[in-house]
Formats: sequence, structure tokens, C-alpha cells
Amino acid sequence: MASIVATSLPMQAAAARERNEARTALLFALPAIILIVLFIIVPIVAVVVLGFTDFQLGDKSLRFVAFENYAHLLRDRAFVKSLWNTATYTAIVAPVSIALGLGVALLIESEGIGRSFFRTAYFLPVASLIVAMATVWQYLFHPTIGPINALLGEIGVHGPNWLGSSATALYSLSIIGVWQSVGFNMVLFLAGLTAIPRELYAAAEVDGAKSAWDRFWLVTWPMLGPTTLFVTTISIINAVKVFDTVKALTDGGPNHASEVLLFTIYQEGFVYLRVGYASAMTTVFLAILVVLTFLQYRVQDRQVHYT
Amino acid sequence: MSALSLRGIAKSFGGNAILKGVDLDVQPGEFIALVGPSGCGKSTLLRILAGLDHADSGEIILGGSDVSAVAAADRNIAMVFQSYALYPHLTTSENIAVPLAMRRLSRVQRLPFIGSLIPGQRAARSGIIRDVREMAVSLKIDHLLDRKPGQMSGGQRQRVALARAMVRRPAVFLMDEPLSNLDANLRVHARGEIVDLHRRAGVPTVYVTHDQAEALSMADRVAVMIGGQLLQLASPQTIYDDPAHVEVARFVGQPRINLLPALAENGIVAFGGIRLALEDGGVTGKNVTLGIRPEFVSLTQNRQDALAAHIERMEFLGSEVILYAKLDAIGETMVVKLSPAEAAGLSAGMPVALTLAAEQAMVFAEDGRRLRASSTTVDATREKAHG
Repeated sequence: MASIVATSLPMQAAAARERNEARTALLFALPAIILIVLFIIVPIVAVVVLGFTDFQLGDKSLRFVAFENYAHLLRDRAFVKSLWNTATYTAIVAPVSIALGLGVALLIESEGIGRSFFRTAYFLPVASLIVAMATVWQYLFHPTIGPINALLGEIGVHGPNWLGSSATALYSLSIIGVWQSVGFNMVLFLAGLTAIPRELYAAAEVDGAKSAWDRFWLVTWPMLGPTTLFVTTISIINAVKVFDTVKALTDGGPNHASEVLLFTIYQEGFVYLRVGYASAMTTVFLAILVVLTFLQYRVQDRQVHYT
Repeated sequence: MSALSLRGIAKSFGGNAILKGVDLDVQPGEFIALVGPSGCGKSTLLRILAGLDHADSGEIILGGSDVSAVAAADRNIAMVFQSYALYPHLTTSENIAVPLAMRRLSRVQRLPFIGSLIPGQRAARSGIIRDVREMAVSLKIDHLLDRKPGQMSGGQRQRVALARAMVRRPAVFLMDEPLSNLDANLRVHARGEIVDLHRRAGVPTVYVTHDQAEALSMADRVAVMIGGQLLQLASPQTIYDDPAHVEVARFVGQPRINLLPALAENGIVAFGGIRLALEDGGVTGKNVTLGIRPEFVSLTQNRQDALAAHIERMEFLGSEVILYAKLDAIGETMVVKLSPAEAAGLSAGMPVALTLAAEQAMVFAEDGRRLRASSTTVDATREKAHG
């Protein structure tokens, strides 16, 4: 009898301690949980809910309209156009800024002197205020007094009205987008490059990888896999989120030629005050981001992590 | 003709001389261990040999031709790295195939998809696969061919690294502390395996290690490198019994050799009851170092002419006991190797009397050079002085 008591008591005590521990753990996590619910979950739910209403800022009442907003979105030419523009912008800015970022990182990595100077120089656009820098770009792109067209004129090319023409406005913004994100991607790639063990390059050399090109494909590119995955995800998300240059330089024009998703949402929500409709757009926007991120990690994750 | 010769290799980094003119000859089929404390330049020398670094001066002669200016990829030298440096994204078979693919396939042939359209690619590929398999079988890693390095143990990775280095049948084989990442048991086992592999392949090998026991147990000849200089290159036995320099004597041997300060007068070094006559009888009034290995120091009952000491501590190692005793006269700690029977009844703090085996004592000059000497008696010395 005594032995049974002796063995069952510690077990009960262990179970109690475990419960106690779980409670303590929850207590420790509580501040984080409250903050996440308050600042992330609640706003997202609110946006999704508002997307099913016809709420307008200033109204005292709102009405549930089910999927009316979404049906309207499909017929809204401005929205479809902005969706298409955002896709085009992303398709240009993300790959170009990733490729250039990697290229610059490789060049800086192989450079002995002036390394920190170049790193800082390329990172400046990331750190600078884009709205302030937009005035510089406006000057650079100016059709008559801008240096870009002046240079083109020197070699006999008649430069376009970069930001003023509906044919080129989106591409001009893409150039600024690339300029802005190369530095950021470069810093991420530099971090990835320094994490590659030097001995792998030595092994590649001994194994017969004569040229830098061979060593890049044998060592650098595969070893950068996790970094590239992360840079790609961040680049796409950042490109989809473009807004400030559009607002500052073209205001979505001319004739909706450079209207992007976030700009359209801004217009609907803050200019026309149709919060319900803007919320429906935001829901679509969020869905796109979630799907993109999810897809990327699903497709690439298994291929880039080796251990 | 030697398989590999180094002539006056010197290298400095930022004004710091790492290698100060190293000469080394490796005979065909020979296993040379390059041993020294960390920072002695042995890894730098190996990297220069491999072509990963370039010497400031000196030449490397491989198979009769100077390869000092030849790139690592073209040297036909294979290397096993300390961290194994396997490509983590490739499977074992792909890892082993890399050196073959790099040499047998052109850059276009190596491309995925497009490569298979180039004539000759298929035949070359199947040849590579056959060689890889053969190598894997001989190293008993054929069951690991589809695994990636992250899914293998340290010992398995080390074999894959060996296979990758051996598969292309190099002219010289370099190993940079390949066993230092293995646990102690596996290390002793792997030592034997590497020696065995070397015997089968017959490729001259330069093996870098900081572990003197590893060097002595594996190599045909041991090269002891200290402070960027090759102090001695000889068989393990000679290195141990007959060191040419005090640093070699100090580095090789476990437990370490006893080094005691002594004075040479008229070509005679007298210490603790032993007298050594130097070959160069003219050495007088010079400080020298007397070296004697722990196994040649013994306990004595006869206190006369013996060194009085007190036991500091004792280490029981099973077949032997290591005794650390502080000399009463000069405060130096002597290391003594005893059998357990001899050590019975001793404990820390007890006084003991030590004698040295005169025939086994060595004398080193102040600059570290070995001074040849032979044991002599007081009478013989007197005769010499009078005659």
C-alpha cells in the first residue's frame, strides 16, 4: 500500500507541475498575444468585414451588401487596370532589382578596397526619403531640361516625355523602383555571401572549377538559395506595395496609365471616402500577397535548404 | 626522382613572415606528416602546395616540372579539407563526381538539358558514374550515394571527402587535419583506415596535423614545422629518439620531455649525477639545455648523486603512471614515467630521489640546436683533462 502511494504521489505532482508550467508559459506569452490580436488580427478582420458593407466615412450607419463590392470590382475598369499595372511593375522591378542586387553584391564582395564606400553608396536610396528623392527624379526625367533627355539628345535620340506620357510613365516609375530596391537586395545578398564557407571555394578550385563562372554555379548560387528565396519574396511584396513614387510623381496618371493597386485603394478610401469598397480592394490585395508568399515558400523551400 | 619537391618556399602576410624558406622532398608513394603547433605555417604551406595561395618566393616541382604558377585546378593535386568542404546541395555521388565532371566535360556539356545534346556527353557521363560507383564501393560508402552531406555523420562525410579527392587519381594527395572533427574513438579508427587507403592507392600524401601522436603513428616520415621553418624531417622513430632541435624535442612526445637548464664547462655538461662529454670539447661557460624523456628518469633509493624532489601530483593511466615531481634545488617540475608497480605507495607531497639515464640524455645549445654528446665518467674526464 505504502509503495503505491509513494509512486502515485510524484506522478500527480508531476502532472500538477506540468499544468502549472503551461499556465506560466501562457502568462508569459499573453502580452504578445494581446498585441498581435489588437494590432494585426482585429484590423484584418475589420477590413474583411467592412469589405462586405457599403460604409462610407462619416456615415452613421452601414448596410451589409454581401459580395456586391467584389462583383463591382470585376467591372471596375480602373481597378482592373491598376491590378494589371501593379503586375507589370512587379514583373519588371522584382527580377531586375534581384539580378542587379546580386551582381553588385558579388562585385563588392570581390573588391578589397572601398568596400564600405560602395556598400554605403548603394544603400543610400534605401535609407533616403523617397518622396524627397522624387523631386530629383522629376528633374532627371524632365522632358526638356532633364539631363537624361539631354544625354539622349547628344547621341541623336529624341527622349520621351518619361513621366508625362501614358506610354512610358509606368516604366519610368519601374526604373525608380529598381534604383530604390537594388541597395536593399544587395545588403541581403552580401550577408548571404559572407555566410558561405571559404573552404567550399577552395574545394571547388582544387576540384577543377577554374573560372569564377564555374565556381559561381558550383558554390555561390546554390549556397545563396535561402537568401535568394527571401530576397525574391521581399522584392515582390515591396513591388506590389508601391505607392509613394506614384502619388508624388504621376498621381496615377496620365489617364490611369500608372495607377497601381495601393493608389486605387487610397483614392477610393481617402479621396472618395468609400471605405467599404476600399476594404474589399484591400482584401483582394492581402489575398494576393498571402498567396504569393505561400506559393514561394511551398515551391522553393524544399529546394534551397540542404540540412 | 622525388614525386614532389618544395624549394625555398617563403610567404609573409602583411610583413609577418609565415614561411621562412621551406624545402621538402616527397618520395613516390610516401606518406609525410607535416606536424607543428597551430600558427606554425603548416596549413599555409599546404594551401601553397594546392595552389590556393601563392608563395612570395620558391618553387614547387611536381613530377619534374615547376608548377608554382599553375592554377589549383590544373595541378592534379587533390585535397581533403578539415571541414570536408562537401557541397551541401549535392548528393554523395554528385559530390564525388564533381572533380571528374569538371575535367571530362566541357562547360557546355555540363549544362542541364542542353548538355545532353552535345555529342560524347552521354559516354563521358556514364564513365563518370562508373568511376564514382567504383570509388564508393572501395570506400564502403556505396549505400550513401543518394544522401546529402546534411544527412550523414561526421565519419561518413569524411569518407565522402576522401572519395572525392581520390576519384581522379591525383599525383599528390593533401590532407588538412581531416580527423580533427571526429570524436576520439572514431579518430583512432580512421587513422588506420587512411594509412590503409594510402598503402592501396600508393599516391604520395602530405598530411597536416597538429597532433604529434597522429603524425608519429601514421607517417613514413614526419616533418616538424615550428615558427615557419622545417626543423626536422625524419622517420617517426628518429624524430622521437634523436630530435635535431629543442623545439622538436619539446613538441614531440607525450608526456613532454624534461628540459633542464645546465652549464657546459670544458666540453662537459654535468647535472644530477650524470656527466656528458660534448663532441665539441671547446664549449665552455655556456648555458645549455639538458633534455631527457620521462621514461628515462627513474626513482632510486640511493640519495647520493640523485636529484631530490617532491611529488606534486600523479596520473594513473592504467599501464603506466605519470609522476610530476618538483626538484628541490631548482624548482623545475620533472615528468617521470613509471610502471604501476614502481609507483605503488607513492603519493603527492612525498620526497623522492630521481636519477637520469645518462645514455639517453640530450644536450641542446642556447639557440636550440642539438649538441652531440656522450655519457662519460668522472675518471674519464679527469684523464682527458690531464692527458
